Amino acid sequence: MEATRKLEHGDLVHRCFRCGYCKFPSEYVDFNCPSYRAARFDTFSPGGRMWLVRAWMNRELETSPHFAEILYSCLACGNCTEHCVYPRFKDYLTDIFEEAKAQLVDEGLIPPPVRDYFKAVSVNGNPYRLPQEDRGKWVEGVDVEAFSDQEYLFYVGCVGSYDELGGRMARSVAGLLSRLGVSFGILGAEETCDGNEVKILGEVGLFDELAKRTIETFSKKGVRKVITLDPHALNAFRKDYGRLGGRFEAFHYTEVLAGLVREQASAFSAKGLKVTYHDPCYLGRHHHVFEPPRDVIRNISGMELVEMRRNRLDAFCCGGGGGNFFTDMIGPGEDSPARVRIREAFETGAEVVAVACPQCAKMLTDAVKAEGLEDRLGIKDVAEIAAEAMQA
Amino acid sequence: MTDILQSLIETVGEKAVSNRAEELWFYARDPGVLEPHTPAYVVAPKTTEEVQKVVEIANRERIPVVPAGNGMSLTGLVRPLKGGIVMDMKRMNRILELNERARYVVVEGGVSQGQLKAYLEEHCPHLRHSIPDAPPATTVAANVAIHGQGRLTQQYGFNSDMVTGLEVVLANGKICRIGSCSMGPYWFSKGPALPDLSGLFLGWLGSTGIFTKVGLRLFPNKRIRDVEIFVTDRIELVEDIIYRLTHTEMAEDISIWFQPKPLMFKDNYHINVYFTGDTEEEIEFKRKMIWDALQVYIDSKDGGFMGVQPMKPMLLEQPQRSVAAFADVPKGGGFEYSGPIAPIEKFPEYTEKLLELAGKYDLLYAGAARIISGGHAMMYGISFAFNRADPEMMARVKEALDEATEYALGLGGIPWKPNVTEQQIAMRMMDPNTLDLLRMVKDNLDPNGIMNPGNWEVG
Repeated sequence: MEATRKLEHGDLVHRCFRCGYCKFPSEYVDFNCPSYRAARFDTFSPGGRMWLVRAWMNRELETSPHFAEILYSCLACGNCTEHCVYPRFKDYLTDIFEEAKAQLVDEGLIPPPVRDYFKAVSVNGNPYRLPQEDRGKWVEGVDVEAFSDQEYLFYVGCVGSYDELGGRMARSVAGLLSRLGVSFGILGAEETCDGNEVKILGEVGLFDELAKRTIETFSKKGVRKVITLDPHALNAFRKDYGRLGGRFEAFHYTEVLAGLVREQASAFSAKGLKVTYHDPCYLGRHHHVFEPPRDVIRNISGMELVEMRRNRLDAFCCGGGGGNFFTDMIGPGEDSPARVRIREAFETGAEVVAVACPQCAKMLTDAVKAEGLEDRLGIKDVAEIAAEAMQA
Repeated sequence: MTDILQSLIETVGEKAVSNRAEELWFYARDPGVLEPHTPAYVVAPKTTEEVQKVVEIANRERIPVVPAGNGMSLTGLVRPLKGGIVMDMKRMNRILELNERARYVVVEGGVSQGQLKAYLEEHCPHLRHSIPDAPPATTVAANVAIHGQGRLTQQYGFNSDMVTGLEVVLANGKICRIGSCSMGPYWFSKGPALPDLSGLFLGWLGSTGIFTKVGLRLFPNKRIRDVEIFVTDRIELVEDIIYRLTHTEMAEDISIWFQPKPLMFKDNYHINVYFTGDTEEEIEFKRKMIWDALQVYIDSKDGGFMGVQPMKPMLLEQPQRSVAAFADVPKGGGFEYSGPIAPIEKFPEYTEKLLELAGKYDLLYAGAARIISGGHAMMYGISFAFNRADPEMMARVKEALDEATEYALGLGGIPWKPNVTEQQIAMRMMDPNTLDLLRMVKDNLDPNGIMNPGNWEVG
């Protein structure tokens, strides 16, 4: 008989009772695990996944494409960690799934879209397979300095650098930071991938390499404070970079904007816009940044903030987490997380869904089209909303 | 691809059928201690018509079909004992009708307890249903199929007593409505004044039909809920304490619990008394009635009400997360309990047996009882936690529970949500004519033996 598989937190796996609290938000209004919500077999729920991992560790199940699909459909949104009823065990749920994925990477048995993602990042330094020198192109049309000795580095990340929507969002943030007098610069073509998704998808070696490269660049440039566009980058910087030698503070752009907009509130006004805010998982549940983005909206006179049924710790993931933004392991359809979330946003009566993450922006924009709501619901990032409301 | 697989895919769509190793492994078991039984297929239908077609395929092919909710009975009732198709009902999750004035709701067969609770809180906050302490993912249909209990069972009986109508897919594929909904649009009665056919399905654990719709009574949701805990170390007084409390008709829910840890709880019997009111005056009146009823034992220093303030959020929570948390006490992710329904007078003997079994099998226990229907009976929960990584401990739990059931039934109890062994004990003890009737019902409703076979199967 083959030896059992080992995971760093493998000694905890058997403690899952599969009671299912992990599937829900606090008030049980709907299933809140996006992969379970989409697939509906219990194998795709956190408890189901945990039980399968245990069977796989014990070699009752072998690695298979379907097992890999189940593991990689986890969006790492953190809802299970939030709602599991077992103290201490709950803190390691997503770590265990990450460790299992890392094991699949070691065994070379990962889904093709995940393999292709790793290849692209490994070869090109970004998942879009675009040249490194194009990283700074997003800034065209905005007057932003290269980083030298400013207070902050504005770190844009792969989606902000290469995706059209992401680039628009990066320009909004950079433009607004400039108008508000923030001292910052960018790395442009010298910026490198933060690696957050690489780690979540289990390629630990590649993540370490990417992180060390980024840390080295930051060190050489004397970066001490970073503003991130993307909460995914914020997650890597706050959670993992410290142990790899990163010595800098990281903030999400909404954390910086919140104070500035409050101080200069008289400069912001809108004409009766009703907005609902979608919490990105890596900003909200993972780092408990709930109020700064809302504060930006609240401090704009004439703007009404309405909440979706599931918000803050109970927010429903847009489907972009856990690398699914690039790998699309969950796939399309009316039960896809982004479409479910858009229907929920639409129910609030809001005209605009405010986002604070370029991956959420893209996922939800596509979902608005799929739901046929283009004329009734807009997707805008918090900085774009604030910039439009800022008087000249 | 087999013909059966192809037929299932044509019925529910490719994404809702699996014969892959992962789903077969998972749906072979529940979180209890009983051994797995592997299905051939798992399906997740979305409509009554899809359920009907799957049952027709099963009947045509003479293969079993086992309906499953969240699989939390812990007694292995959704394990496919003879293989076949496990039907995960949870995609059928629509709440179809709320009749506020007649105080009932109609839900599909996969609606979860949590979903119904949230729905009522949003759409009709002055009404509620009887929420069990099982996790919120458990389904309304499965709960009534096993004669589940909930927070209103003391007042209104088993949750299955609260059913106001059923839609059932029979083994022959016919869709059958039970109660007033069989004659018209209203779902206010499951039987009376008609012959009550719901008894052909409630409590049968899916072995006579599959519930695709359930009508359920709703009850006033008072604005204030409160709880008091009476504590005594004299077990022989428990029956009288319950008698006095139920006489007041003031309590919504009464449960008794005892456990060895933490030590402050050891050797005491804690009687939780829940009560509700729309005003502070109503609450205080009920509190006074409850206190007055037990004043005699306070005066004799045989018991008293304990301070509950720090525990209130946990006690008033519905469902109560701490129930599931018991599984992690031995850091092992499991517990299982035998839950005989029995006269309250058996409380001391059952408790003595529980303590004996915990010692004999070296197990961590928790004892609890919920009062049913104003004091006709109690559900006595004999619970043992186990470490899932310790197969030998799980085997001890199984032995202890088998012994507990044998004992409990021997003293006049009847088994609740019985596993196969417990069903066999019950049928062995049953009056032969009753057993014959059971056989006749099963043979007529399921002549090919495809509905959750192995359960309530008269040998």
